[in-house]
Amino acid sequence: MTVIRFCCFLRSQVADVIEVTESPIDTASLQRSLANPAAGGFCAFEGWVRNENEGHVVERLEYEAYEPLVVAEGEKVLAEAKQRFPYLEARCVHRVGLLDLGECAVWIGVASAHRDEAFKACRYIIDQIKVRLPIWKKEHYANGDSGWVNCERCAAHGIAD
Amino acid sequence: MKTDMKTITVRYFAMFREHAGIAEEILSLNATTAHDVFEFTRERHGSTEPNGHCKVAINDQMADWDSPVYDGDTVLLFPPVAGG
Repeated sequence: MTVIRFCCFLRSQVADVIEVTESPIDTASLQRSLANPAAGGFCAFEGWVRNENEGHVVERLEYEAYEPLVVAEGEKVLAEAKQRFPYLEARCVHRVGLLDLGECAVWIGVASAHRDEAFKACRYIIDQIKVRLPIWKKEHYANGDSGWVNCERCAAHGIAD
Repeated sequence: MKTDMKTITVRYFAMFREHAGIAEEILSLNATTAHDVFEFTRERHGSTEPNGHCKVAINDQMADWDSPVYDGDTVLLFPPVAGG
């Protein structure tokens, strides 16, 4: 009985988590980990490796992250999302290393009492992750070239500070 | 002329690391802000990336380009991010 009560306490205190992993993302187990009797809705976003970008045929992607600040800044993003769209629990996992076409690069899951918060929080979290977290993506093209996404493009177009 | 020589550890990531050819170096330079460090390394390694699209952290805390740097700090230079 004591054990059960302790688990229930942990359940209500569970922190929203953001992680970086070199292993394939197990989306099914992540979804199960957010199971919550108070949740009436669950929303997930998966970012997949696509075969094309801006006219280039992409064969694989390589992600790099600076984990200490991905976690620190990611926790801020989750807290902001929870304040704006009060949800029950959220988890986020981002892959690093070399990924093949179709693999899941990022997974975000949000469980909430009602669907609106789950949809909106999920959208907020992925949008902020893309612009704020220290994660970089290198595209490897079919012609053997490679390029860091967002970098050469800015430099080539001469966008001012 | 006022000099403001400091010993700063600079860490490079992604494209910056490839341009510099190293992940980290210890520099003695005349710098007041994170932007000064960025400009110094840009000249040193020939990057053309405008800092407006980049981010900077000092001692593992996200910072602004006008954040002050102190002797012994570690400055992390982040090229444009592209998660997701």
